[in-house]
Amino acid sequence: MDTLDIVNLHVSVEGNEILKGVDLSVPKGEVHALMGPNGSGKSTLANTLMGHPGYQITDGDIRWKGESLIGMGADERARRGLFLAFQYPAEIYGVSVTNFLRMAQAARFGTTGSFSEFQNTLKQQMEVLEIEPTFSQRYLNEGFSGGEKKRHEILQMGMLKPEMAILDETDSGLDIDALKIVSRGVNDLRGPHMGMLLITHYQRLLNYIIPDRVHVLIEGRVVLSGEKDIALELEAQGYDWVKEAAFTS
Amino acid sequence: MSNRAVDLDIGNYERYGFHQPEKYLVKMDKGLSKHVVEEISEYKNEPSWMRDFRLKSLDIFLKKSMPTWGADLSGVDFDDIHYYVRPTDRPQHDWDDVPEEIKNTFDKLGIPEAEKKFLAGVGAQYESEMVYHSLQKQWEEIGVVFLDTDTGLRDHPDIFRKHFASVVPPSDNKLAALNSAVWSGGSFIYIPPGVHVTIPLQAYFRINAQNMGQFERTLIIADEGSNVHYVEGCTAPVYSSDSLHAAVVECIAKRGARLRYTTIQNWSRNVYNLVTKRAVAEEDAIVEWVDCNMGSKMTMKYPSVILKGKGARADILSAAYAGSGQHIEAGSKAIHVAPYTTSVVVSKSISRGGGRTSYRGLLKILNGAVGAKSSVRCDALLMDEMSRSDTYPYMDVKEEKVSLGHEATVSKIGDEQLFYLMSRGLSEAEATALIVRGFIEPVVKELPMEYALEMNRLIQLQMEGSVG
Ligand SMILES: Nc1ncnc2c1ncn2[C@@H]1O[C@H](COP(=O)(O)OP(=O)(O)OP(=O)(O)O)[C@@H](O)[C@H]1O
Ligand SMILES: [Mg+2]
Repeated sequence: MDTLDIVNLHVSVEGNEILKGVDLSVPKGEVHALMGPNGSGKSTLANTLMGHPGYQITDGDIRWKGESLIGMGADERARRGLFLAFQYPAEIYGVSVTNFLRMAQAARFGTTGSFSEFQNTLKQQMEVLEIEPTFSQRYLNEGFSGGEKKRHEILQMGMLKPEMAILDETDSGLDIDALKIVSRGVNDLRGPHMGMLLITHYQRLLNYIIPDRVHVLIEGRVVLSGEKDIALELEAQGYDWVKEAAFTS
Repeated sequence: MSNRAVDLDIGNYERYGFHQPEKYLVKMDKGLSKHVVEEISEYKNEPSWMRDFRLKSLDIFLKKSMPTWGADLSGVDFDDIHYYVRPTDRPQHDWDDVPEEIKNTFDKLGIPEAEKKFLAGVGAQYESEMVYHSLQKQWEEIGVVFLDTDTGLRDHPDIFRKHFASVVPPSDNKLAALNSAVWSGGSFIYIPPGVHVTIPLQAYFRINAQNMGQFERTLIIADEGSNVHYVEGCTAPVYSSDSLHAAVVECIAKRGARLRYTTIQNWSRNVYNLVTKRAVAEEDAIVEWVDCNMGSKMTMKYPSVILKGKGARADILSAAYAGSGQHIEAGSKAIHVAPYTTSVVVSKSISRGGGRTSYRGLLKILNGAVGAKSSVRCDALLMDEMSRSDTYPYMDVKEEKVSLGHEATVSKIGDEQLFYLMSRGLSEAEATALIVRGFIEPVVKELPMEYALEMNRLIQLQMEGSVG
């Protein structure tokens, strides 16, 4: 089976160890939620999985379809089907959403289809996400509101058809309606051809996107994994009980 | 995301750096003297007023000192330059008559066949002379004049004399004086009242003789209510010793006219590019300078507009790229003389591999220019730690009822931006090029399509050279 395997992953940023031995596997076709307190290392994990050069892997391994990703650039990982929906997407001045998506598709798939086909798909995906048509001509993320940026991350996901997507707090900053719209977009893309690691603080998202598994990251380690009801329990009780359970045993 | 500092010298690309064996009929000795100036004038069979003008300019040149601001010009040796070279007997108008050697040069420049034929006016300056000049028939019929400047002087003496040196007098600066003394070639354009020229008029320039100065002189007159876009693009061969390019461009936009002048400058990296460009905008006229500078060793260029008539407007857009060993100083001057005049300046510069860019701008608003509006925006992008960018804005505002805006930014290519783009599959070079292209997009989008594509290709090449 095609799986993303994170094995005993240790990651440092500027000399500080943030991830202290993460073990986690997400098979293609499943949706796993990753929860954890602020600063526990969720974005660090997401960035490391995607190949951010600022994060040093000091031990452990990341394997995708059995092959180690260590030493591979972000571009190469993308071409192998990985995708990261950013918590804070970068703004690129002077580059239209359309041009960018066209280039990204060419990079991801090695070829581009016809432009009219591209436009049709784009239009359709934008409709699903209820994005105004004029956004296709705007500069990438430039001046987008927080929620608009998040929608565009999912738009990109739809256009680039990853096999394994990491969504870093895509629900943060979305209003209630937008949360439903974005969840619908994500659910449309869900299926046996795609795996997801869904980073979130809120159980509410998991009402819309039902995860197959839930993992809890605390202080750089996955300390608890289980079914969806873990999220409910966290919502009711916070993280203290998990910490106690994890660090007293 | 390291290792972005290695510089690619575009000049090393076969496509951009090459030269034909030299074959000249007239090539004067190096150095400048009264004799040389007289000989040029005599050779061109000029009227005596032009000969006198040249000699007077030579005197001014000898008296004036070199500009001391801006780039380091100590490498310019006026005694080590050919002041006149003429490759063929006389300008040719029929493509079939253009010498094979020159056609080869065009091919190497990559000027597409369709473009050569289709483009309305193709003026090519091979050495100091226009050798090929064609103008679409219908334009001739409506009175549009598009000639090399020497021919303009000969065939349109009255209108020529009336406007020549009226915008840039020889006394303006040492290099303008030099150009006035030894000028040769360039374009002479006259657009009659009310005529709209829909396809850009284009000229291609190159230098092709070691140590040869290029002193073209361009004069454009857009008569009342007319509309014209002139485009010049330069590529030049790579030589081992330094060259000088000291052009003068004068533009006159009469009442209600709209005149755009676009330059793509990609001289080889041994050229000192010191150009005086100035326009006068009369009532309700619009003058637009679009100036892209990528080549040369040093460039000093400040496209200027004198807003002489009420309601006149100036747009001065520039993009500069300086790589290793280059210093590009691009700027602007807007002089508001009349009320309700507007000037908008957008300057984008990129420095890389130790390259240096500077923006030097002058805004002058005279007393009485009520309601004048000026906005200046300078953005610099530094590609690495060793590169440099400076901004020198000068303001001289004598009128109170005006509105002014000035904004300057310096940025670096952010690691987060690169990571973002690369996470979508773009290589580091592609991602860098995309960010750079986006950065100068406000200028590039104003270029004719084929030039915009060429610019984007050049940026891509530059960025690819930096990786691996
Ligand atoms: N570039 C960096 N430099 C220094 N410290 C960093 C850097 N990136 C992350 N850290 C630190 O690593 C820790 C984990 O950060 P991370 O962003 O991974 O947390 P998170 O779990 O995503 O938190 P949140 O829920 O707030 O998004 C934090 O203490 C953070 O300050
Ligand atoms: Mg985070």
